Amino acid sequence: MGKTLVEKILSLHEGKDVRAGEFILARVDWTLMQDGTGPLAVRQFEALGKGKLADPSHCLVFLDHASPSPRRELSNDHIFLREFCKNQGAVLHEVGEGVCHQITAERYLSPGQVLIGADSHTCTGGAFCAFSTGMGSTDIAVAMALGKTWFMVPATVRVILNGRLPEGVTAKDVILYLIGELGADGATYQALEFGGEALETLDMESRLTISNMAVEAGAKCGLFPSDEVTYQYLDKLGRGDAYTPFSPDPDARYVREVTINFSALTPRVACPHTVDNVFEVTHEKVLGTPIQQVVIGTCTNGRLSDFTQAARILKGRHRHPDTRLLIVPSSRRVHEDLMTDGVLKVFIEAGATLVTPGCGPCVGVHAGALGDGERCLSTQNRNFKGRMGNPEGEIYLSSPLTAAASAIEGKIADPRAYL
Amino acid sequence: MKFEGRAWVFGDGISTDHITPGRYFHLRSDLKELAKHVLEDARADFASKVRPGDIVVGGRNFGQGSSREHAPTVIKLAGVQAIVAKSVARIFFRNCINIGLPVIMCDTSDIQEGDILSIDLKEGVLGDKTQGLRLVFPLLPDIMTRILSDGGLVNHVKKHGDFNLGA
Repeated sequence: MGKTLVEKILSLHEGKDVRAGEFILARVDWTLMQDGTGPLAVRQFEALGKGKLADPSHCLVFLDHASPSPRRELSNDHIFLREFCKNQGAVLHEVGEGVCHQITAERYLSPGQVLIGADSHTCTGGAFCAFSTGMGSTDIAVAMALGKTWFMVPATVRVILNGRLPEGVTAKDVILYLIGELGADGATYQALEFGGEALETLDMESRLTISNMAVEAGAKCGLFPSDEVTYQYLDKLGRGDAYTPFSPDPDARYVREVTINFSALTPRVACPHTVDNVFEVTHEKVLGTPIQQVVIGTCTNGRLSDFTQAARILKGRHRHPDTRLLIVPSSRRVHEDLMTDGVLKVFIEAGATLVTPGCGPCVGVHAGALGDGERCLSTQNRNFKGRMGNPEGEIYLSSPLTAAASAIEGKIADPRAYL
Repeated sequence: MKFEGRAWVFGDGISTDHITPGRYFHLRSDLKELAKHVLEDARADFASKVRPGDIVVGGRNFGQGSSREHAPTVIKLAGVQAIVAKSVARIFFRNCINIGLPVIMCDTSDIQEGDILSIDLKEGVLGDKTQGLRLVFPLLPDIMTRILSDGGLVNHVKKHGDFNLGA
């Protein structure tokens, strides 16, 4: 019997054929922590008493959540992580370099690898056909020490993508639609695997957006096969030699199949306070809702193509006077690309505020916390109550196109009117 | 493992942001201080009223959201001895076991606030003494039972020098 993508990757890391439902010990290629989860991971690593990291050059530490630090406690956490990296030889990514998931995509992750990260959106790496999943600090600490972890091999939900996305509809609308269909716990303990004829129409940045939000349906990971699109992306980053093609076997066994017809999709918005509370942008609950802050960026939609799409709408226009517009590149590299492409100029002329590459306002620590009763439309991945620093604020989620149109109107707007 | 405790009932979809809000991000290296705000965005008076030995009862998808292990950790620090919910988000579930906090899944619909619950982890039975209910829940996978009975993952690895998956 054939294997799913997850079964193939985990079989390579266990050293024997494994199937959904089995409990395995798997070799881990990369571990990741950030400044929110890292200090605890380091303290747990120290509590283990193993002394040394199993593989320092594959232990990645990111200062991205409180970046730059807004207060002394977090600055001290940063000092603690910097000292850990210096003492142990772990790889440090400083304040301003960007979000862990984006830097991991740009520099490290390759098809067929296993990455576990102390950040739930580690599932972003599924876009490369890596088994990439989020765990807590103690799991990461143990993998840092032993170079392995235990898994239950997940059953897989196959998501078949057909058709072509209409004008104004993007990868973010695809994943919001899917989460709305599956529900926030619709794929808990399972893997999502994307397939179908429309795969080739999704570039890597679109795939990263989709995989990033797999966890919002409860999934352990969201895997794309690695193909020519993957190769071209890696090659452009100077990592073409890291490419290996992976595709599921035709007779692989799935727990469930879901089909999405791209041609029939419309722009979607997730309403407060759950990611699966998804409506069409034209729904009366959504369209015209006044918005005080728009955020374009983050690890979900903070890449060059996301900003290029938003700039298409914002060029020659200005944000609404009652609506703040924040731009959050997911990495310094993306920031540089925005400068050379002239996209940054469009945003600044539109009245936008540029935020340091990193998690920015999405984590509620700094750089755009909401006031009481304020509403934010963001391209981020989560809208839980209190997420952006205030339980009295409300968060709506959308694509960069919808966010750009809404920034102009000061209320949630249909981007198709601007294209 | 058998124990009893008083139920605190929460609804569906309690997220790690409800449990440990982002505005207290700076307290993550001061867990005792962070625990003073445990579940604050679900119920503002929980932290001041919870007593050692109490049991947190949730609905669907308890602990959804971020990987922050601080969330189950401050629930445990507040004295809670177990979490019971209809379903539990994947990372949160694993984090509970890793820090030695029992977590079980069963139909919690009929459990009321303040009910006295008895839990037998070995038998997979939850009793609601107040309502006269007997609920059966699935036992943990072996690896998780081992980690939990060793008092969490750090103790498990220190004891065995490695993971002990059993036979």
